[in-house]
Amino acid sequence: MKDARPLAVALTDPRSVLRLSADGWTNLLAIARAERLDGSLAYRLADLPLPEAISRTLEDARAQAAFGRTQALWEVEMARRALAPAGIAPILLKGSAFAFAGLPAGVGRLVGDLDILVPRDRLDDTEAALLDAGFEWVKTSDYDQGYYRRWMHELPPLVHAERGSMIDVHHTILPLTAKRTPDAAALIADSIEAGPGLRILSPADMIVHAATHLLADGDLAGGLRNLWDIDRLLRIFATSSDFWKKLGARAQLHDMREPVALALRLTDHVFATPVEPWLAGHKRKRDAMFIRRLLARDGWGRPIRPITRLGFYVRSHAMRMPPLMLARHLWTKARGI
Amino acid sequence: MHALSLRVGAISYRVGSAWPGPIAALRHLYAGYPAPEAGFAEVTARIDPPRPWRRWIRPQVAIGGDHSLPDTVPMALRHGLLAAEMAMNMQVALGERRHLLLHAAAVERGGKVLILPGESGSGKSTLAALLGESGWRLMSDEFVMIDPADGTAQPFPRAISLKNGAIAEMETHIADPARFGPHLSQTPKGDLRHLRPNAEAIARMDEPATPALILFPSFGFEPASDGISRSELFARLTEGSTNYVALGQAGFETMIRLAETIPAARFAYPDSATGIAIVEQFCAEVGI
Repeated sequence: MKDARPLAVALTDPRSVLRLSADGWTNLLAIARAERLDGSLAYRLADLPLPEAISRTLEDARAQAAFGRTQALWEVEMARRALAPAGIAPILLKGSAFAFAGLPAGVGRLVGDLDILVPRDRLDDTEAALLDAGFEWVKTSDYDQGYYRRWMHELPPLVHAERGSMIDVHHTILPLTAKRTPDAAALIADSIEAGPGLRILSPADMIVHAATHLLADGDLAGGLRNLWDIDRLLRIFATSSDFWKKLGARAQLHDMREPVALALRLTDHVFATPVEPWLAGHKRKRDAMFIRRLLARDGWGRPIRPITRLGFYVRSHAMRMPPLMLARHLWTKARGI
Repeated sequence: MHALSLRVGAISYRVGSAWPGPIAALRHLYAGYPAPEAGFAEVTARIDPPRPWRRWIRPQVAIGGDHSLPDTVPMALRHGLLAAEMAMNMQVALGERRHLLLHAAAVERGGKVLILPGESGSGKSTLAALLGESGWRLMSDEFVMIDPADGTAQPFPRAISLKNGAIAEMETHIADPARFGPHLSQTPKGDLRHLRPNAEAIARMDEPATPALILFPSFGFEPASDGISRSELFARLTEGSTNYVALGQAGFETMIRLAETIPAARFAYPDSATGIAIVEQFCAEVGI
């Protein structure tokens, strides 16, 4: 079966690319670009003796990633400047956190919107400070605004009027309507200062969040990229002796034992990440479905396995809110209100 | 997937299509183009059915590849060649990072490049196609690629897309019917026919040259010409560049160098003969 496996293999074992044919390279790059992992791949393959044309392509991807990183760090600085006067030190999440903290997961990684986490009781102040700093609402309808504020784990998205950059302000890491309820206060209490006025999650919470993002929220679109984050983070965090014990405890605390265990099994399978067996648990039958979904892309970069994809799409909505509420939400959206 | 790999200047393509027709048309249109260096195609462009059944039932083509834009409107399969061309353009417009892109046609003579920026309908393609048949070398029809290292223009001699009135005009100038693609009628861009650049343009696709003059054409008006300020030149070139921002400082420095050093003007013309006469007059003034 032709799928995204070549990308997983190349990321896991960079030297394996030395055996690729010209077509194999074209496939690998198409898959990597479709999964938005081309920057990560390009850094992973740096320094290998590769044909000139391929080296040049990878160099372009690295330059692109470096530029993205500069922009992402600038957005972090802008957010810091906007929030510091209100005494708010935002917790950076995902790509921005990896880039700012210099974590290996950030190397070559695409950073999308800036995601920050703030205490729920500072949400109004954060909103006011950002609006004051030139951000404005992307979604202005009363329904959307009300929906986000009542049910979501974040404010409606904000976009900067001049820079066009987006910021997502979270007060927890899962929608309030989801079955699981992570302990947002504990995330904040355990967070670490990463620089003046800026914080990141603790290592264990960072993994819990990554697993949440990958498995408990959304339909696994971009899943391979999220799983690669987990691999990169685990490989460095696991060098600390009590990390696995902490991860177990935090997963328990945040009601995320199962997603964390599954994430560990998946990254072990896809990227050969060394994981703690007692935490990862035994292989389950449904693990194979997740792997099928994560690798559902052919050598042309096209999405494949439509039934599997649909299944995960339906699952994402079912996890997000109870069926009756979902029906009402979709009905309102369909009427274009 | 039906596929064709080819190289146009700095870009090595793999083009894929769910149907054989567009690839056969592309193969014909790009006859004589080299294969990618060492067989490695750097960029993937493809055209797919937007929904699985659209492969067979009232077939539709969606434009895609390594880089794509959301919400592009699918096209009818009989316009598959145009869709493939647009998919190839999109990869460059969104993905190119080695050169600064200008939305312009370009021709070269004596090592000096005339750049003709302009929106669709300005006549830049027709002028470039005509000049390319009369003593000039066609370098680009759609994208001019500027090397940030030395400010030279790298050829990108893709097929020229002739629209509406320009089709008949070029048919009278070019004797070899094999250089034309099929007539595509009532496309989203009007009637359209592709033209393969001549053998010289293809043979010299790796030979860069130095920009020497920038002229903004406007087709369909009484003859007139006018200077253009440096600041306006900078603004208009920037507006028409899809990767200016993504190139960061290198993009800015390259653009500034163009805007500050290359003579530029705008002109209006009612027909091709007048247009070419005006172009030649400008060229004589700057010594091209």
